[in-house]
Amino acid sequence: MNAPQKLLSSAPLLEVNDLKIHYPLAGSLFGRARRVVYAVDGLSFRIARGETLSLVGESGCGKSTVGRAVLRLLRPTAGQVVLAGRRIDDMSAGGLRPLRRQVQVIFQDPFSSLNPRIRVRDALAEPIRNFGLAADRADLERRLHRLMDRVGLPREALSRWPHEFSGGQRQRIGIARALAAEPDLIVCDEAVSALDVSVKAQIVNLLGDLQAELGLALLFISHDLAIVEHMTHRIGVMYLGKIVETGTRRQIFVRPRHPYTQALLSAVPVPDPEAPRRRIVLKGDVPSPIDPPKGCRFHTRCPYVFDRCRTEEPALSEIEKGHEAACHLNARPAGENPLLGGTFA
Amino acid sequence: MALLEVDTLQTHFRTPDGVNRAVDGVSFHVERGETLAIVGESGCGKSVTAMSILRLIPEPPGKSAGAIRFGGRDLLKLSEREMRRIRGDEISMIFQEPMTSLNPVLKVGRQIGESLRLHQGLGRHQAEAQAVDMLKLVGIPEPKQRAGEYPHQLSGGMRQRVMIAMALACSPKLLIADEPTTALDVTIQAQILDLMRDLKERVGAAILLITHDLGVVAEVADRVVVMYAGRKVEEAPVRRLFAKPRHPYTRGLLGAVPRLGSSLEDRAGRLAEIPGMVPSLKTRIEGCVFAGRCPEVQDVCRRHAPGLEEKAPGHVAACHLSLRDQAAAA
Amino acid sequence: MAGTTLPPPRDLVIADALPDVLAPRKPMTGLVGAVRRRPTLVLGASILVTIVLAAVFAPWVGTVDPGTLATAKRLKPPSAENWFGTDMLGRDLYSRVIYGARVSLAVGFFVALLASVIGLAIGLVSGTVRWIDSIVMRLIDGMMSIPPILLAVALMALTRGSLQNVIVAITLAEIPRVARLVRGIVLSLREQPYIDAAIAAGSPMWRIVIRHILPNTLAPMTVQATYICASAMIVEAILSFIGAGVPPITPSWGNIMAEGRALWQVKPNLVFFSAAFLSITVLAVNLVGDGLRDILDPRMAKSL
Repeated sequence: MNAPQKLLSSAPLLEVNDLKIHYPLAGSLFGRARRVVYAVDGLSFRIARGETLSLVGESGCGKSTVGRAVLRLLRPTAGQVVLAGRRIDDMSAGGLRPLRRQVQVIFQDPFSSLNPRIRVRDALAEPIRNFGLAADRADLERRLHRLMDRVGLPREALSRWPHEFSGGQRQRIGIARALAAEPDLIVCDEAVSALDVSVKAQIVNLLGDLQAELGLALLFISHDLAIVEHMTHRIGVMYLGKIVETGTRRQIFVRPRHPYTQALLSAVPVPDPEAPRRRIVLKGDVPSPIDPPKGCRFHTRCPYVFDRCRTEEPALSEIEKGHEAACHLNARPAGENPLLGGTFA
Repeated sequence: MALLEVDTLQTHFRTPDGVNRAVDGVSFHVERGETLAIVGESGCGKSVTAMSILRLIPEPPGKSAGAIRFGGRDLLKLSEREMRRIRGDEISMIFQEPMTSLNPVLKVGRQIGESLRLHQGLGRHQAEAQAVDMLKLVGIPEPKQRAGEYPHQLSGGMRQRVMIAMALACSPKLLIADEPTTALDVTIQAQILDLMRDLKERVGAAILLITHDLGVVAEVADRVVVMYAGRKVEEAPVRRLFAKPRHPYTRGLLGAVPRLGSSLEDRAGRLAEIPGMVPSLKTRIEGCVFAGRCPEVQDVCRRHAPGLEEKAPGHVAACHLSLRDQAAAA
Repeated sequence: MAGTTLPPPRDLVIADALPDVLAPRKPMTGLVGAVRRRPTLVLGASILVTIVLAAVFAPWVGTVDPGTLATAKRLKPPSAENWFGTDMLGRDLYSRVIYGARVSLAVGFFVALLASVIGLAIGLVSGTVRWIDSIVMRLIDGMMSIPPILLAVALMALTRGSLQNVIVAITLAEIPRVARLVRGIVLSLREQPYIDAAIAAGSPMWRIVIRHILPNTLAPMTVQATYICASAMIVEAILSFIGAGVPPITPSWGNIMAEGRALWQVKPNLVFFSAAFLSITVLAVNLVGDGLRDILDPRMAKSL
């Protein structure tokens, strides 16, 4: 293998550098200082081809906003979004359009993600036509049939309306629409969260199969940690607009090194009444992203909080290769670090 | 005698394209102080069952038949007036979405006090003082101050605590909780589940928990009813159900849930799927309701609907396969 | 159970057969079904169709020329010859009311059509292009601070009375409401995930507006159009009544009422029949609107 090729294959498909997304709140009539929602506040990650990166966190942590920025459904306030070596964060709508083929999306709600007045055939044909992927009508038809086969729906369903399908089937149509553009990356925004248990398993398996078959990269945004552990390669744990811990699946789920990750994992209800429970119940609620706490953003709920946390914000620091956490405790010697409490999962 | 006895409950709805048999012949009971979970996927009739117990089904288009015995009375035979006296007093309910079930223009202390004044005839000051006590009971910090706030000023977790305080205000004998933690974040869900467990011991109310989440069931339930397509397909004590599920649907559900710890295995396998989807409840189903998706289906299943059989003490399931199991054991 | 199947094995536990809680009923189809499911819609539609037919075929439904003067038969009460009586000039009131329906229906129909089409266009653009929106909405806020009737009267004052001018004046007065409604719908549709998916699928904004947004505005627009139609007929009658509408020579319900105004206490039939026709027509249009709303609202359709 010669050098340039190697460089190409090791370059990440998607690179996000110090992404910030701030929303000004509508100012009041009487000139009060404008308040700003710090939805995403300095976030970096990379996704390689064929890889799944999951962003997990609770509502309001900004994980969906990151997904929208990667899709360029919104323009970031600051930072870079680099797709296959090209910056897309500051591109114009027209310049961006041909590049959109590479990043597609699957949404949470199988009902509102399909236009009720557009037949399945037209919904799937839309990206194929827009990106000029089909050579002629026959090719378009072949592609539509292949998409339906791929997501496990009958070909006759192409001429039906969205309301004729169940939630799980609609989600399959949504996946087929994303695949129609032949993307390199699919943003799955809570893509299986609204589905029933038995259907959820079908869709999770389908996504896994498609990834293996087509070499897709996935940005999997979810609050469901068990599903994430099942599907992902790497994880970013988000809290109030920042990544507090990132690492491989095993690093995060077996040896988490941030108190928030540990609490999150311990809070997941285990479907086994015999399972031992070592629950870290966090006090209180997530603070508002309008006015995030000074110092470490997690200090208001952290069970191990100490003085330094209230004043100095910890940066992500490497614990082992590929595993980073933003917690002052990890600077302590092993004997004094309460986060080193055996394996978790 | 059990606190609540539901006997062959049927709740059907008239729709333009036929009668929807949302609940079709469900029986179970709730003992004093226990937590019974009804688990199933959307459309299985678990919420309709809960609404039927409180007589919250609009008639028409709905209609309930069978018997719901509570404290020696059949709730289905009571007048609306008598029913109103029971709701919020002897039986109360918490819902999935706390924001829509709280009145946005009433302060929370006032809302909790309202039912105390209505059902227990307390005066306004007395009622609001007790409301503050209730808020304290459900672990709301600075209860006195919170009582003077409106629902929109509280976070989602706080609102669910307020809902619980409101539901418990009149010391009900039965609390019906319909997906009480589904809309909440994991860490908040953990708080609420802890609270429910803790309150169960302190208040002593029986809980009928409606949920789709087997994790939640495992955490708080004593006994479990599994519903599918409007029927009860299995009922067992919680440990037994998870250890020895006897209905193929229950087995399918348990297999389909991913569990934490899968990263300890080298590569994640596939999740067990239940193929196909729930049958329409608008046509009468001959035979077993699960036959169309069952991996172990036999001819007889398509012809004869299985009745509930006791497989072990307190463990019933509606499945013909048990015959084969017994034959194999013998 | 079919007779050919084997009897169940002896040890099998069979579930008890359960009775029907609700008596099975044949699915309601055809005309009877339509009437039973939506009685008000059917009632409104049949009244409306009757009035429209009567207006279209006015010369053949027992009328005479509504302008024919017959001084010998002034102010006759209703009779077999003059069903609604005659007016001060001896003209047959029945004929005048039937011909008057033409004016009301024409105004209602054309105002609804024009106001919908123009309002839809403004609303779509305004809901999509932000800088246009800020200008258009201020303009519309200003127009909406004037009651539509006053606005129509003011516009009529600038021109001479004719059917076209009445239609234009009322249309202009109705457009702001439609534009604002459509803009609201567009803004809420833009939040739908399928719009985001269409952007990701590489569709340019104009195509998204035409393919995804416009079709979803048509159902609520149709409903709104019926309400505009009803409101336009009332405004037209008021304009005629105060002499700012169609020329007095034209029989219209407003004109007939205006002419009968002086004598209505002694001869109530002069006003009653045109007033009744106006009320019934407006009611029928509103009933149709409500019925359409129930049918077209996807949420309503889902809950049934």
